[in-house]
Amino acid sequence: MDSPETTQPTRTPSRRDFLRGAAVTAAAGGLVGCADAQTAPAAATAKLTDKVIRGAVVAPLQVNGQTIEVVVEPRTTLLDALRDGETPAGQDVDHTGAKRVCDRGTCGACSVLLDGKLVYACSVLALDAVGKPIRTVEGLAAGGKLSVVQEEFVKHDGLMCGFCTPGFVMAATALLEQNNNPTRAQIQGALDGNLCRCGTYHRVFEAVDAAAERLRKGAR
Amino acid sequence: MPWPTERRHLGQATPRLDGAAKVSGSAKYAYDVNLPGLLYAVVLYSPHGRARITKLNTDPARRSPGVRALAARRQVGSELRYHGEYIAAVAADTEAQARDAIRAIQIEYEVLPSCATEEAALAADAPKLLNEGNVSRGEPRSRGDVDSGLRAGAATYENTFRCAVMTHACLETHGGVVQYEDGGKVTVWSSTQAVAGVRNDLARSLQKSPADVEVICEYMGGGFGGKLGGTMEESTAAELARQAGRPVKLLLDREQDQTFAGCCRSIVATVKLAADANGRLTGADCSSYGTGGIGGRGGISFPYIYNVGASRHQHTDVFTNQGNMRALRAPGSPKSSWVMESAMDGLAEKLGIDPVLFRQRNLPQGSYWVRQLSEGAQRIGWDQRPKTGSQTGRYRTGYGCALAQWGGGGHDSNARVAIHHDGKVEIWCATQDIGTGSRTVMAVVAAETLGLNPTDITVYVGRGSYPPSGGSGGSTTIGGIAPAARAASEAALAKLFERIAPGLGAAPGDLEAYPGGIRRKGQTGGLSWQEACGRLGPETIDVTAAKDRSLGGSGVNGAQFAKATVDTETGVIKLDRIVAIQDCGLVVNRLTCESQIFGAVTMGIGLALFEQRILDPTSARMLNPNLEFYKLAGASDIPPIEVLLEDHPERGVIGVGEPPYIPTAAAIGNAVANALGVRVTDIPLTPAKVLAALAGKGGSA
Repeated sequence: MDSPETTQPTRTPSRRDFLRGAAVTAAAGGLVGCADAQTAPAAATAKLTDKVIRGAVVAPLQVNGQTIEVVVEPRTTLLDALRDGETPAGQDVDHTGAKRVCDRGTCGACSVLLDGKLVYACSVLALDAVGKPIRTVEGLAAGGKLSVVQEEFVKHDGLMCGFCTPGFVMAATALLEQNNNPTRAQIQGALDGNLCRCGTYHRVFEAVDAAAERLRKGAR
Repeated sequence: MPWPTERRHLGQATPRLDGAAKVSGSAKYAYDVNLPGLLYAVVLYSPHGRARITKLNTDPARRSPGVRALAARRQVGSELRYHGEYIAAVAADTEAQARDAIRAIQIEYEVLPSCATEEAALAADAPKLLNEGNVSRGEPRSRGDVDSGLRAGAATYENTFRCAVMTHACLETHGGVVQYEDGGKVTVWSSTQAVAGVRNDLARSLQKSPADVEVICEYMGGGFGGKLGGTMEESTAAELARQAGRPVKLLLDREQDQTFAGCCRSIVATVKLAADANGRLTGADCSSYGTGGIGGRGGISFPYIYNVGASRHQHTDVFTNQGNMRALRAPGSPKSSWVMESAMDGLAEKLGIDPVLFRQRNLPQGSYWVRQLSEGAQRIGWDQRPKTGSQTGRYRTGYGCALAQWGGGGHDSNARVAIHHDGKVEIWCATQDIGTGSRTVMAVVAAETLGLNPTDITVYVGRGSYPPSGGSGGSTTIGGIAPAARAASEAALAKLFERIAPGLGAAPGDLEAYPGGIRRKGQTGGLSWQEACGRLGPETIDVTAAKDRSLGGSGVNGAQFAKATVDTETGVIKLDRIVAIQDCGLVVNRLTCESQIFGAVTMGIGLALFEQRILDPTSARMLNPNLEFYKLAGASDIPPIEVLLEDHPERGVIGVGEPPYIPTAAAIGNAVANALGVRVTDIPLTPAKVLAALAGKGGSA
């Protein structure tokens, strides 16, 4: 029932890519190995030069313009690294805006922008995100000022319990960065990868419409 | 004092005070709590619908890397009675390590015969699931001589309607974080609809005083009735935390949330309605059964809403191998509506009377519903409604309607208000924001009372130790907290008047709050709020008050209309439009109140078209314990929705979270029946059922 002009922000990698990625190899540059996996998580055994990584390694993730070193295992998803990860010094990464809801690439609550593309962070391995800029919902409010999309979500009440909201905000941001004059069908199509149980969709559509209008008028 | 007749903030659209926190990711849910030394718990639960544990060795899990604690909930010989039933939980340094440990547990099962469906449990040769049997037959309830009533009708309509078991599917799963503090106190971050209730329940199960238990829920990711009680997650986390001497986070995984953590009952109802030639109901009979899991009980209300003459209803609870039901948004009522409203349309069709007119003839004259039906019919374009069964093309469009009824009277509540000498105002209440905007509601009421703006008020909710309030169930929250906020704000303002009146050469009773300040009644000038508070000196005003019961009401009415188009080749139903009319007494915050109605209609679309817990008939294992095959309504499923919120300030504050969920599915079902000329009797109205009904199987006029 999608109209022909419906476009959806590209979501990569797909679930298939994720499964493929589970047999991860250390192609990513910049991995920092460290010693003694037995005292994980604040340590690791894998070496930079290893073709196959086992145990914990330190992955430098570029989160909202800042490089954060996170101790991860090959199986650690980007979502878990952002939420529950620790630096080698034992500091929590604590970017908890992205949520784990379905944990299998259905609900969009973990949406982040990876290298400019909207992805489900539950379906990207942390190691595959090394070397690519990551934007999370925490990074949208420049200097503490909400983005246009965020402001319109608040004004139009495009949220209730708020648990899905970071994902919707990221999906709406990704849409409007590609197309600041979307039709209602395009808005719906762009948000079809996000689920809301409180039923905020109608309000979210209004918020995205209003944000698009402001962005067309040059608001930043 | 009654609600003011001139209202600056009440009834206006006020953006949520916590909106910025929610859109920026800074709102911290129980799921987001990170603490030093936090351990992650994972649960081993039954993969079978019914089984007995024949071997259980948890030693390998205890020895698994990173594991700090293990709590067994079942032993060898335990009978497991549903997919998702707790067996054991482990806590480890990382979640991945906890999962590894769960996999290391050596467990074997003897799979036992199970009952996945009501029919299987009712069969003569069914395995006995509970000592008391598989069935609990309720006494018939009747009013008047139903057999005469049914015979007196010029027309009768009889059909059997079904509703599937649904799950709550809250986006934040059930659970929380538990930390033992020095000195034996316990802090619990819980995803709950009842901070005060969980505090008391947990104190009991931990054998502590409530004074030594704090429950915190700043934000929570949806409850819909499923998080009102039941503290299995928190008490298990507490046991693990006590063993390990470290804080423990335990939130269910999606599969267990979908199988263990609540559902609503199914219903199979055979209903018979009769009406005279003028379209007045003379009798109504219903016999129903349904399942709410392995021990859940509860049917439907029958008759529902209409004056039916004589009536009779008998309900039987059937126990099956699935996790138990919990309250789910207006428990039972959407299904009562589905049964009653579907039959109403069926009988109207038989009588040849317009369904709106037929409803109006069987409602109290002058009731809200009579008026709401006329209004909704006009807004949806009811005059375009085709004759049922008159269409032959591939795409067929129909119109339907249904009504809602709910109580929504408030629970008991207290609130505490502090006014400081710098003008800052704080308000506390042991309520919680389940997505309804309770923080903002309290701020609106306090601001209205004190002559301030909602953003001037700092609101504290979500702690069990705050002034006692109720759980957020039954749409009772706003009717509790709004009158409590009013009473406490008034009491604080009276104190302020007492303290500053002498300096003004006035009596306290001569003063009033006006927008931005305090003045003598009837005068134009006065002190600004800051100036007035500046006269307080060092002693902060700090008062706690119980709600003023005269400020709340009960009993709301609603009507919904749906327009839908059915693709008769694919069976797919596309919604064209929904009109929702709802009253709720005094509107406090129009923005969030309307959002509740949009949200309820959206959930009703899921009930009508998508949602169903599917169990494997042989094993009683849930086949869709996830969010891709347990389908929620998504963005492209949402038609234009028109909400008409009626403000009736004279009735006081009444809750509205549940009632607009009640009639949506029935209105959609009636629209589909009008489009097709054949009725799909079983929700959700999946394409397969639509096609079967069109082919003459499984549907009926």
